[in-house]
Amino acid sequence: MAERPEDLNLPNAVITRIIKEALPDGVNVSKEARRAISQAASVFVLYATSCANNFAMKAKRKTLNAGDVLAAMEEMEFERFLEPLREALEVYKKGQKGKKEVSEQKRKDKEKKLDTENDKSRDEEEEEEERMEEEPDAENEAEEEEVEN
Amino acid sequence: MKMSQNNSDKDSHASGNKNISLPISRVRLIMKSSPDVSSINQDALFLTTKATELFVQYLALSSFNNGSGKDTNTLSYSDLANAAEETETFHFLTDILPKKILARDYLKSLEQMQEEEADI
Repeated sequence: MAERPEDLNLPNAVITRIIKEALPDGVNVSKEARRAISQAASVFVLYATSCANNFAMKAKRKTLNAGDVLAAMEEMEFERFLEPLREALEVYKKGQKGKKEVSEQKRKDKEKKLDTENDKSRDEEEEEEERMEEEPDAENEAEEEEVEN
Repeated sequence: MKMSQNNSDKDSHASGNKNISLPISRVRLIMKSSPDVSSINQDALFLTTKATELFVQYLALSSFNNGSGKDTNTLSYSDLANAAEETETFHFLTDILPKKILARDYLKSLEQMQEEEADI
């Protein structure tokens, strides 16, 4: 959890670097403008999170996934980000997979030495489905009202 | 929570991943500050971080291109406030990027409004 309000800011040095790289060489960005962009970026994260969360909730999922974030971009009319995001995600996943395979291989080698039995099914993720319980109070109230009328 | 944060930091270092420069752990903190969010998977976290970088680039560049400082090679606050007001995709920023006006001008417009009301 965020303990101080500064925790919700993004690091200024990184934001400044990203701005510099986006603009033509030699553009002077005022301190006030840099601060404003940094705040805008935090608000963007919150806005995107809230949009993505709506999609997850509609699908009765508790965990935000990549599809939710992409759907959020579309809803926010940042379609221009979709292509670069998909490409970046693919590269990222390849990197993750490569790492996973390497460590997986190491683990297996180790286990082979120690033990010949191996359980492959442990990687499977369990998806948990939870249904929201309907509020009984609301229903009762509605019924009562009907009776009165 | 702390442990998983350390993990993701290590991850981005270990892979020499130059895909993103913003810290994933910080983005996660901001996302988690939203009360309805319970959990976020790794891909969603990565995408949001990347999207935020694209957003910073896009906001800076389009504010500069449509701004008043193109000749003097400067990007100022008013260029951003203008972008928030004039570009539809940036409308959600109008609350945190209000246009600045001089107190003198504000008083003048207040007076004008009162006169108009009086006319009616």
